[in-house]
Amino acid sequence: MVWGYGLMKVILDAKQIEAALSDLADRIARQISENVDIAVIGIRSRGEILANRLSEKLSNKLGKTVPCGTLDITLYRDDLNNPQSDTQPTVRSTVISFDINEKIIILVDDVLHTGRSTRAAMDALVDFGRPKAIRLAVLVDRGRREFPIQADYIGCKVDIGPGQTVEVNLVDTDDKDQVIIK
Amino acid sequence: MARKTDKKFRWRLKHLLGLRELDRKEIEFILDTAKAFEQVGRRPIKKTPPLRGRVVANMFFEDSTRTRNSFALAAGRLSADVIEFTKKSSSVSKGETLLDTARNLEAMGVDIVVVRHGAGGAPKFLSRNINACVVNAGDGYNEHPTQALLDVYTIRQMRGSLDGLKIGIVGDIAHSRVARSGIWAMSKLGAEVTLIGPPTLMPAQAHLLPVKISYSLDEVLEQLDVINMLRIQFERLGKNPFPSVREYSHFFGLTVERMKRAKPDIIVMHPGPINRGLELESEVADGPNSVILKQVANGLPVRMAVLFLVNQAAAAESKSK
Repeated sequence: MVWGYGLMKVILDAKQIEAALSDLADRIARQISENVDIAVIGIRSRGEILANRLSEKLSNKLGKTVPCGTLDITLYRDDLNNPQSDTQPTVRSTVISFDINEKIIILVDDVLHTGRSTRAAMDALVDFGRPKAIRLAVLVDRGRREFPIQADYIGCKVDIGPGQTVEVNLVDTDDKDQVIIK
Repeated sequence: MARKTDKKFRWRLKHLLGLRELDRKEIEFILDTAKAFEQVGRRPIKKTPPLRGRVVANMFFEDSTRTRNSFALAAGRLSADVIEFTKKSSSVSKGETLLDTARNLEAMGVDIVVVRHGAGGAPKFLSRNINACVVNAGDGYNEHPTQALLDVYTIRQMRGSLDGLKIGIVGDIAHSRVARSGIWAMSKLGAEVTLIGPPTLMPAQAHLLPVKISYSLDEVLEQLDVINMLRIQFERLGKNPFPSVREYSHFFGLTVERMKRAKPDIIVMHPGPINRGLELESEVADGPNSVILKQVANGLPVRMAVLFLVNQAAAAESKSK
């Protein structure tokens, strides 16, 4: 564990992220019977990238293409009309190019914290159809839930104070793969 | 893929009165937001929750088919409740003033007023006197911002960007709020706009606008990437601005013959309703270069974006109070 500049602590490096995702894929593949269709849907923006990686791993393990989609939950947030921060809510495209009806949907997010994003994501998802089940997979569970929501598949658990933040950096958007606590 | 946005950018306008006062970044932000709304129309449930519990009043003091229905549908897809209000079926016919009507609607808890009015500046007047958000759906000869936004949205959809495109706006410029808003939107997004029409239908101060002016369609037609044909608005024309409809059509109508001299991929636009055979020949209106129905379809995500954004600005404002 390296305490870097500005009290930053790396809790997962690139290798560990890769291992955590492989482990998630293993567990998901083991628990899902062969005759059920599954699909992976990532919550923008980091969940989207993780979902892409996860669906690739699952496709390899299961020997069939596991479709992957992207969900933007901005319109479903519970703080839209009561903004909690000064950052501009930016609506982005939701891209789900397959039918979610009767599929098991693996919903992917980078960090599970209050559970509010997950609630929003589930509301958004059911507007696209009636999945057979929704399972939640997250890279990091940082605890301190505000909603009664738990993940089915967790890459790593950390217990940190409310003043700290977990940041997931991914090569696609942030130059390198790492999970840090600030 | 993830779109890069400026973290410091903040949409702050709780009214959309015109495009003249918007900068490029703000216009692009509306268009990007609209792009995200496009997929809502392709989902099994074509509704999203951001305006749940909000009331949108559609106040149309002038006739409209496209704009009014488009706003109503857009508001519905954002889960707002919509009050429809037209001049004929309301107390305006009993002499109630614009402001009184709006204040009464506001007393019923209206959050967003979409207004079309024959007097230029009516939306601005309302925005200064009521607390609700005001969206201009066309005011006099002034502006029709959502029409211009859906026009540039459609061009962007076809060409990716407006930078460097040569766009001709043809016809009754003087009486056209569509032209006025279009000029601002297109020029701010980097296009070169040429106004084309007889001198009698050019605004007196046209030289003050960021445009080129031509009195001959045939002289500039070959250079144009986009041609926006305006409707001859007989209801607004005063003394005969041209000797005959046939003469106008002869010089400024977009015909199959003229299309042969235009760029093969020229984009043909019209804000509707079309006077078929006058400014636009039917074969051209329904031809492969025409994006007229695309424009109508794009009105929906664009108006969803506008309603969503003004409501967001109002929410942020009430929070900071």
